[in-house]
Formats: sequence, C-alpha cells, structure tokens
Amino acid sequence: MTATFLILAALTVAGTAAAMGLRNAVHCVLALTVGFAGVAGIYLYLGAQFVGFTQIMVYVGAVAILAVFAIMMTHHPGLAEQPFSRYAVWGIVIAAAVFLTLARAISLAPAPSVLATSAPAAVPSATVQQIGDALMHRYVLPLEIIGLLLTAALIGAVIIAMDPKDSPQEEIE
Amino acid sequence: MTPLQGCLLLSALLFSIGLAGALTRRNAVLVLIGIELMLNAANLNFIAFWRYGPHPEALTGVLFAVFSIAVAAAEAAVGLALILAAYRHFRTNNLDRMNHLKG
Repeated sequence: MTATFLILAALTVAGTAAAMGLRNAVHCVLALTVGFAGVAGIYLYLGAQFVGFTQIMVYVGAVAILAVFAIMMTHHPGLAEQPFSRYAVWGIVIAAAVFLTLARAISLAPAPSVLATSAPAAVPSATVQQIGDALMHRYVLPLEIIGLLLTAALIGAVIIAMDPKDSPQEEIE
Repeated sequence: MTPLQGCLLLSALLFSIGLAGALTRRNAVLVLIGIELMLNAANLNFIAFWRYGPHPEALTGVLFAVFSIAVAAAEAAVGLALILAAYRHFRTNNLDRMNHLKG
C-alpha cells in the first residue's frame, strides 16, 4: 500500500464514479477515459507493462471513442430526460450490498501461506519478448481463436449496424 | 492490509461502480460502459493475482488479461452496433422506452 497505489486508486475510483454519476452522457465518457487511464496506471504499477499499454490503446483509445460516437449518433437535443432509472435507489442498494459482501470476504480471508511467504519482493518480469514467446508457443491456439473471434465480431458489427433501407442493392435498383 | 487485499478491494469497488451504473442508467450506451467497467475489475484481479501469486514467471495472469481485453473490445463493438440498430427501430436510446420485443 504505497502512496502511488493510493493516488492511482483514487483517480480510478473518482473517474469511474463520475462516469456513472454525471448527468450529461458526453461528460460521462470523458470521465470514463480518466478512470480507464487510472486502471492502466495500476497495471503499470503492478509491473504488467504490456497489459497497461494495451489498456490505454484499447480502452482509452478505441472503446471511449466508440462510446462517444454512439452517444452522439443517438442524441436527442430537444429531449431533456431524466438520466437515471425510476428504480435507481434499488440499483445503488444492490451495488452497495455487493461491495460490502466482497469487502468483508476480502478483509476476513486468511492470507494463504503460499501467497504470504513466497510473494516476490521485486516486480516479476513480463517483457514483451516473453509474452510474445508464450503467445507463439504455448498459447498459439487461443491466439488463433481470438483472431477468428475479432474477425467475426467486426463483420457482425458492420452487418448489424448497417441500415437496411440504404443498403447498396437498393441503390443499384 | 496486504497489497493484494488493496488491489482486490479496489477491484471490488470498481465492480460495484460498474454494477450501479448498469442498474441505474437509462442511456443504453452508459449501461454498456458499466458492463465494461465490471470486465475491467476482473482484469485487475487477474493482474493482482499474477503479481502477488506464487508463480509469476508462468505469465498466466498477464495472458488471460490480454485475451480478456480482446474479448471485451469485440463485445463493445457488437454491443454498440446493437444499440445503433435498436435506436434506428425505437428512435430512442432510453432503455425504459424499449419495452416491447415485437417490431
């Protein structure tokens, strides 16, 4: 529990809480980028450089931009609506109950001897070369499957989002 | 409190914030973002257990987190495409108004 970790944790929690609590949807996504960057900082703090920079590229770079586009394409300027559901109180109660249960379980759990004794003092090394080596040898089948999944998701997203009214066939006709 | 418990507590808090957002927001895009936050909390747990676990040289936690991020990216793309398709049909992205399945 160093000061670095506490600062990064505070940044993450503040960013994500603002992302879920602000009224303006665009402000929510801007706050969300702060929260995702905080999570990336925690990955870097824990020694997982590759995952940290992947988090910045995928979440801060791609997912946040996608969310901004989706919000702006589905925006009703004239309609000032209540941003929270009618049952928002119950949602917050459920989330608080989940957090209290998890926090109690985490703080009461006895530290496993294997974790307590052999926890490395130094940051374990996970260089990009080691990760690439593992991806090309031991994890090559999951890598291929994830490539197939991403291709299928890309094609599926384009087909789902395509407007059936202005598809190319009708324009030719 | 051990560093591992600190990471797990932060992850639990992140999960609860995402759950609260997914349960309370009306905007469909923000509900999807709440689900993304819950996935992020799971990734944080993978990295924390890798860092403070007994065999960090096996790289299992790092690789699981990388694959999980790839799946989450695919999920975000398909989810936002579904929201656009639903918006075209209902003319709103307010989830309280999307209250029938028939077209």
